[in-house]
Amino acid sequence: MDTSDWQRVSPVEWRLSPRSGMHVPAVLYADETLVRAMDEKVREQLVNVARLPGIVQAVYAMPDAHWGYGFPIGGVAAFDPKQGGIVSAGGVGFDISCGVRTHLTGLTRAQLEPRLHALADELARAIPAGMGRGGYLHLSHAELTDVLLGGARWAVGRGYGEEADLERIEDRGQILHAKPDCVSSRAFARMRDEMGTLGSGNHYAEVQTVARIHDATAAAAMGLAQDDVVVTVHCGSRGLGHQIGTDFLREMAQEAPTLGVHLPDRELACAPIESDLGRRYLGAMRAGMNCALANRQVITQLLREVFARILPAALVRILYDVSHNVCKEEEHRIDGASRRLFVHRKGATRAFGPGHADLPEALRSIGQPVLIGGSMGTGSYVLAATAASESRSFSSACHGAGRNMSRHAAARSFRGRAVVDQLAERGILVRSPSMRGVAEEAPAAYKDIDAVVDAAEAAQLARKVAFLAPMICIKG
Amino acid sequence: MDAPALAPRWELYSHDADIGIRGFGSTIGAAFEAIGVALTAAVCEPVTVHARTPVTVRCSAADIESLLYDWVNAIVYEMAVRRMLFSRYEAGIDGHELHGTLWGEPLEIRRQDANGSWVAQCVIDV
Repeated sequence: MDTSDWQRVSPVEWRLSPRSGMHVPAVLYADETLVRAMDEKVREQLVNVARLPGIVQAVYAMPDAHWGYGFPIGGVAAFDPKQGGIVSAGGVGFDISCGVRTHLTGLTRAQLEPRLHALADELARAIPAGMGRGGYLHLSHAELTDVLLGGARWAVGRGYGEEADLERIEDRGQILHAKPDCVSSRAFARMRDEMGTLGSGNHYAEVQTVARIHDATAAAAMGLAQDDVVVTVHCGSRGLGHQIGTDFLREMAQEAPTLGVHLPDRELACAPIESDLGRRYLGAMRAGMNCALANRQVITQLLREVFARILPAALVRILYDVSHNVCKEEEHRIDGASRRLFVHRKGATRAFGPGHADLPEALRSIGQPVLIGGSMGTGSYVLAATAASESRSFSSACHGAGRNMSRHAAARSFRGRAVVDQLAERGILVRSPSMRGVAEEAPAAYKDIDAVVDAAEAAQLARKVAFLAPMICIKG
Repeated sequence: MDAPALAPRWELYSHDADIGIRGFGSTIGAAFEAIGVALTAAVCEPVTVHARTPVTVRCSAADIESLLYDWVNAIVYEMAVRRMLFSRYEAGIDGHELHGTLWGEPLEIRRQDANGSWVAQCVIDV
């Protein structure tokens, strides 16, 4: 991306002043190397978002920002309903509440290694992953309605997990004000057999070891120690979320002129928060969020069952569960006053700083865990949110390494079998039903996770706590 | 004697996080049919999918862009709920109405996932 019209505020902060109808500036957090590698579409999309009605303070881009559908992935924007603010299906994304959940196991690397292959094989067998792979649950319309209202709490009530799990999930595992009756019959049909499945693409279940501790105090509070084994799951709301996005993007684009909304880009389809369409989308989106939380909760139970069979000494507990691809109603301080805003985080992670009342007591003093996935070859990070993130990004941080090569290019450049073999030589076991999927997810297709996380830390959005190295990767 | 039907012309194009699909044709219907094949190619090699079973699709939209959106999403929906892949598409377009048929077979990822297969390629000097 050409940086000539960006003001460089610091080595990792760039500001584009309002122009071309922008109501607020664009603020980009990344070092120069990351910025120059970004597509020009990132700038174009940030400008478009800044032109939307009711936007507050700035549109933000995280260090892993890249071209998305309407909003850039890694984009954060907040809107005030009292100022005609909008809610955008494109600003949330199709995979509503796609997120990351990291589990502690109580095991060390030394305890896992003798059973590494057995664990990999059992996880691949037991965790439904891949295109077309259905789950063990087949839900009726009534049951799915309960899921869309109850989220992870529904799953716990059905025996998938424990009450204690819920305090380690954003919003305690249940998004209020969900409206299943705003979700289409097509969305219900797509989810009927998909509860408790990973899906495909960049979704995964990964067994990792704590390879480095960066912040001993925060790591101790999170229950992380050197050489500990953890398990991280990355997945979302499956076909239901995708269909909700599809349905409402269509309706929002169609109704925009009637609602008095000028769309600089059709993909930015949105509606005023205080409109019938806006309210229906929020209700459906919240239902989608509950679907994702329930999905990850069922997978947590599947993980527990696998470990009970293969490594019965394990005690699988949730460290934390974060969601990307959401719009949340939150209070934020703007110019010294508290305002109720609708914060879109598309491919960005909520990052509530130390002391926030929404955090579980055990983690409140250190700030919310921020879980950043890299690639299956490079590893992931656990960070802790800072107090500064509130004013700098509406309490948001990045969510992953971001791609530097398209899926199409990666599938043409790499052979999945070769990627699997190369990682196996490094001691990383990959299990996937799709070699094409593995090729698309080759480590070289992703940006440097270290650079992304370093930039997030330098920008004071979150600070490094631990680096997790992959041992087993289950991919769809 | 009628000229033989041309194979659909399509392509995938680069997009950071996702996959761009593009279809070409001498008519809008032909372009829509071709983009269906491109959608399949985003998942697997279309030649690995047998066009055995028909599925009917109907779309109606306010404009041609929305009709394309509906067509692509209808294919995605049928793939998802039927767990099928499709390799042949018929799209009859009248104004902003589409009457279509998708031809395919049940998903068999291990057979249809061709990334591990060999590719034979050469240049013929004529």
